[in-house]
Amino acid sequence: MTDALLHLRGVDCVRGGRTLFEGLVLDLAPGEAALATGPNGAGKSSLIRIAAGLLPPTAGNVAASARRALMAAEAPALDPELTIARALGFWARIDGVAGDRVAEALEIVGLDHLSAVPVRLLSTGQRRRVALARVIAGGAALWLLDEPGNGLDTTSVAVLESVIARHREQGGAVLLATHLPIALPEAKPIVLGAAR
Amino acid sequence: MRFTALVARELRRAWSSGGLVMPLAFFLLVAILFPFAIGPDAKLLARVGGGVVWTAALLAALLPVERLIAPDLENGMIDQFAVRGIAEASVAAAKIVGHWLGFAPALMVASVIAAGLLNLPGNILVRVEIGLLIGTPGLAALGVATAALTAGLRGAGAVAGLVMLPLAVPLLIFGAGAIDGGVGAFKLLGAVSLLLLAGSPFVAAAAMRLART
Repeated sequence: MTDALLHLRGVDCVRGGRTLFEGLVLDLAPGEAALATGPNGAGKSSLIRIAAGLLPPTAGNVAASARRALMAAEAPALDPELTIARALGFWARIDGVAGDRVAEALEIVGLDHLSAVPVRLLSTGQRRRVALARVIAGGAALWLLDEPGNGLDTTSVAVLESVIARHREQGGAVLLATHLPIALPEAKPIVLGAAR
Repeated sequence: MRFTALVARELRRAWSSGGLVMPLAFFLLVAILFPFAIGPDAKLLARVGGGVVWTAALLAALLPVERLIAPDLENGMIDQFAVRGIAEASVAAAKIVGHWLGFAPALMVASVIAAGLLNLPGNILVRVEIGLLIGTPGLAALGVATAALTAGLRGAGAVAGLVMLPLAVPLLIFGAGAIDGGVGAFKLLGAVSLLLLAGSPFVAAAAMRLART
């Protein structure tokens, strides 16, 4: 498959002397999704970080042929003293996208009415939604989402699912790691931590 | 474009976290303490004044080191830059520019006040200011490299002092030396400053990459 946005070939991950997974093979073509599941510590976040190019795999190859967007499990990467609009505006400048994309993305995640509120006053779930808005506004084709459902209420999880579905319709690909149930139709399953 | 955005962010962070006031207040406090410590002998003060200004500048540049890189590593900013393909060295270079803009111009203004407190004559003050202009970029670069190396350590502030101050000794020697040493000392000061400027982004980048894995 040459048109895939993400290739993982025989990827091993060893962390702290413990083998988390071995020989992982994954191709994500436009419109496809992969769902990584497994217990805590099974290597879900490591897989996302390997796919993002942040962590070199112990063995194997990783190649991405598209721009990547990462939603990390905990670190929001937003300046706490800035308002939501300005914190996302900074990333829009870095990503080289127009400012109205930020407003649009905030409306999608249902935070447009809070755009003047400083990030430090937000709840965990709201902060996660701002991080999701950055992924939406950034315009990258390959989304790497680490526990995107953490801290979200049921309405927001539904929003997340519909956002992912629309991204796939538009030719994007998603690699998602979660321990919460998130509906991802026809996703390639990656079960981690099974062979221990 | 990206680089400007990064520099602008550093500058905003520097000023919003008291980056402008704290080093200045500290710098002036050191300049005030010296006359108390060595007595009100105007001649003696004028003789040691230039060196005092340089020592105070060194200590003031050390103050913001803890907030330069550690919060960004913790907050995932560095990861997000990396995912976007922005080289760590570029991030570090932007931080150096932002850090320098954040403290150096203000420090040079405060040096005028310090010169008054230390009874420095005008021609000496001019030499101090030129020296600061040449030396502070190197100081800023050293600060960012130190910040990256010590990020995440317990008691990072104290360790940062131990790492940074010895490496800043050449700046101090040539900066203070240039006050009565002439053009040669300025050239050596410039050389040291350039060396630090050229090397620090890569040292900081390596440290940031190491912190990630």
